[in-house]
Amino acid sequence: MIGADIQILMPEIVLAVYAMGALMAAVYTTKDGMAPLLTWATSGLFVLLAVWIGINGQGTNIAFGGMFVDDGFARFAKIVILVSAAAVLLMSESYMQQRGLLRFEYPILIALAVVGMMVMVSAGDLMALYMGLELQSLALYVVASLRRDSVKSTEAGLKYFVLGALSSGLLLYGASLTYGFAGTTLFAGIIEATADDPSLGLLFGLVFLIAGFAFKVSAAPFHMWTPDVYEGSPTPVTAFFATAPKVAAMALFARVVHDAFGGIVGDWQQIVAFLSVVSMFLGAIAAIGQKDIKRLMAYSSIAHMGFALMGLAAGTAFGVQAMLIYMAIYVTMNIGTFAFILAMERDGRPVTNIDSLKMHSKRQPLRALAMLVLMFSLAGVPPMVGFFGKFYVLRAAYDGGLAWLAVAGVIASVIGAFYYIRIVYFMYFGEEGEALDGKMNPVLWAFLMGSAAVMLLGVVNLFGIEPIAAAAAATLVN
Amino acid sequence: MGNILSLTTFLPLLGAVILALFLRGDDEAAQRNAKWVALVTTAVTFICSLFILTNFNPADTGFQMVETRDWLLGLQYKMGVDGISILFVMLTTFLMPLVIASCWDVKTRVKEYMIAFLILETLMLGVFLALDLVLFYLFFEAGLIPMFLIIGIWGGKNRIYASFKFFLYTFLGSVLMLVAMVAMFSAAGTTDIPTLMAHTFETENFSILGVQIIGGMQTLLWLAFFASFAVKMPMWPVHTWLPDAHVQAPTAGSVVLAAILLKMGGYGFLRFSLPMFPVGSEVMGPLVLTLSAIAIVYTSLVALVQDDMKKLIAYSSVAHMGYVTMGIFAVNQQGIDGAIFQMISHGFISGALFLCVGVIYDRMHTREIDAYGGLVNRMPAYALIFMFFTMANVGLPGTSGFVGEFLVLMGIFQVNTWIAVFATSGVILSAAYALWLYRRVVLGDLIKESLKTITDMGTRERVIFAPLVAMTLLLGVYPALVLDIIGPSVSALVGNYETALATYGSATQFASN
Repeated sequence: MIGADIQILMPEIVLAVYAMGALMAAVYTTKDGMAPLLTWATSGLFVLLAVWIGINGQGTNIAFGGMFVDDGFARFAKIVILVSAAAVLLMSESYMQQRGLLRFEYPILIALAVVGMMVMVSAGDLMALYMGLELQSLALYVVASLRRDSVKSTEAGLKYFVLGALSSGLLLYGASLTYGFAGTTLFAGIIEATADDPSLGLLFGLVFLIAGFAFKVSAAPFHMWTPDVYEGSPTPVTAFFATAPKVAAMALFARVVHDAFGGIVGDWQQIVAFLSVVSMFLGAIAAIGQKDIKRLMAYSSIAHMGFALMGLAAGTAFGVQAMLIYMAIYVTMNIGTFAFILAMERDGRPVTNIDSLKMHSKRQPLRALAMLVLMFSLAGVPPMVGFFGKFYVLRAAYDGGLAWLAVAGVIASVIGAFYYIRIVYFMYFGEEGEALDGKMNPVLWAFLMGSAAVMLLGVVNLFGIEPIAAAAAATLVN
Repeated sequence: MGNILSLTTFLPLLGAVILALFLRGDDEAAQRNAKWVALVTTAVTFICSLFILTNFNPADTGFQMVETRDWLLGLQYKMGVDGISILFVMLTTFLMPLVIASCWDVKTRVKEYMIAFLILETLMLGVFLALDLVLFYLFFEAGLIPMFLIIGIWGGKNRIYASFKFFLYTFLGSVLMLVAMVAMFSAAGTTDIPTLMAHTFETENFSILGVQIIGGMQTLLWLAFFASFAVKMPMWPVHTWLPDAHVQAPTAGSVVLAAILLKMGGYGFLRFSLPMFPVGSEVMGPLVLTLSAIAIVYTSLVALVQDDMKKLIAYSSVAHMGYVTMGIFAVNQQGIDGAIFQMISHGFISGALFLCVGVIYDRMHTREIDAYGGLVNRMPAYALIFMFFTMANVGLPGTSGFVGEFLVLMGIFQVNTWIAVFATSGVILSAAYALWLYRRVVLGDLIKESLKTITDMGTRERVIFAPLVAMTLLLGVYPALVLDIIGPSVSALVGNYETALATYGSATQFASN
């Protein structure tokens, strides 16, 4: 029996064992000298695991008495997480190397965080959920303050830790209330407990759980940590924060509200809709005044989480499908955008002022064009793929009876468009400014161009992601 | 020939891709090559569109040359042409080579400029040919990107303000339409435009926050589409982006904006508002007529006091678009015939007027009316052409401007005499501002020192104007050329509209009994 369970858990086990093995290997050999190799090896392993999960995974498998669920939904999320983590690791190698930040712990911590995320999206029980979440969070706290001698980076790490701990506390409180009133921590048990007229305590538990998730996905009004952490962390780490953990947290959110509380959609729908509308507007409005592109991307990600939550708020299988597609598109756009940001340097030092992009198009026409495509895609202007993400969630919200949310969403997207096209303005219409360095690491260049190309070419059929996401959503909501 | 529509639509895009990939450098030769590639592409596109025109059968009121492919989410890639859209397609393909030729003297970032116009042409053609809601929206919205860049990069001094205003204004208008499209997709289960035209959307009254919505769902959907098209058109009072955009845009950008982009609003009313939401149109029609009458009188008065030539012509465009909306929402054969005719003719005339401004702007680098005067002494050919288009703009019989306005006024007179009276006063006002502009710029003695060396139009400039003059005259004396093509489709549109209203009328009577 245990053998079968381990079989299901194999990808996670492989990754965890790899992380520990790599740790030992690095400590007992050349330490930081191993770091470049480990970075490449880790991203290679991520890709391998993604392929393995993609090819091998079939049906719904339950391990450890329901603690761990391996279904289509989890596999979709895992593949997105693994691929985006691999991309970000590859992108960060040269940046970290140049600044002496490429310590051997970095790829290992990322690997551990990814193990945590994989457990999160497969959690079938509040305990498993919490273990995955904490494994991911603890690894990320350390990574945020990787630049030990920088005040901003340590501040980012500390802030992230304190607020993250607060959110974990909220989540635990919610979990304990749920356990107290449902009598079980298994999602399958909770959904039975909510079947006939859920008690008030259970609803309280639900609210606290959602508050905890909202922290993790950085949805307003639990977003306060995001801009500071994004700004303070080394840029590759910021890129990582903006991608894989968001997917994991969003998938976890979807799993809990559907698997554990799927019987009382009406009760959580209004909370999620509220989070969604507040996030969209806050992200759109607060980003307008930002001068630092990393802070801007922080608010942008808050707004995007609002849109993804709009899909979730619909409370239907189509809503989950829309959310999954939205997240996949969002991650692709962010990888490209951060590849661009990582290459913003002057005399070898990173620059994050938006002003520094003045007339970038004159000196780097191709890079500026790729960034233009990404910005319009983030703003949701067709024919870029970002528009289809918005279209899916709007449709889901409207079909779910939330027409007001759809209207609010499109208005927020217009406000948000302002700051995206402001970047285009700096690159194309602004006055001449001091030039940025011309050279760009080929890896970054490839990711930037690849992401922009995906945004343009995806208009044909979204690379066939639609039926896969639909199948994934169908396993979660039925 | 099965995919002639897609071919025509994407040919300019192909040209843009070729330019982007294969043209290197920014020297004299590269710039010249870029212009020639763009010119040849647009010319070939025009020839392709002639095939569409010759294959088109005006008597058939349905969609012709339809192409269908599956897309995502149950959407379709579907293109087709009917009597209402074909002339807009022809207008676009006809004007684009002239537009490209008109920017022969541009020196900065020529390659990008040409790419922007070629992409814009593809998107504009797509708008007129798309037969799927979301496909339409995609082309409609994507057109903002190249236009935003054209204004922002190649525009005048205040271009940044103008480009942002243009983008955000029109974007806000369109996103509400997107929500309406989602609602229609949900209600009808398809985004196929011909199917949606046959679909009757819910008309039962309901109230939102205590406000009774007559015509129910249809009125709401109509309003959402109206928000988009009214901004695009533009109608008073949401026209304020247009003067800014026109003044700041480069000449070629202004021409495209006035001649083609504005027509998307009118086309949208004809393609969506009238056939899909007849009840909504009937309920809100009086509002449109009132706004149009205000637009005609008010913007004509505003045009009188402008001291920038482009701004004056921009306000005159708003006034002329007032006739178009009026004609459309008169919903009778003359009104809609007139509206379409007016749009086509305005495409030639306003495009030509902006080119006229461009001719002297290229020489003097100012658009201030006060900076000119007495040009006729040194530029006789220019004076003649400018006069011709001024007269056409006023609506002199014999030019195409007259036919459109006359048909619209005839149509509206049958619906509402008072509106017709106000609108007719606009004809006089337009004569006032246009002729006054002409007198101040062209007539009188040549006093200004700076103008003493100005040269008349060169061969290239004359060649650009020739087709425009020919079309304006031809349509002025032989309007049947247009009316024969649009007539059957328009009469089918009006017929369906009346049938739908009659059904609605009997249903509500039945309910009240």
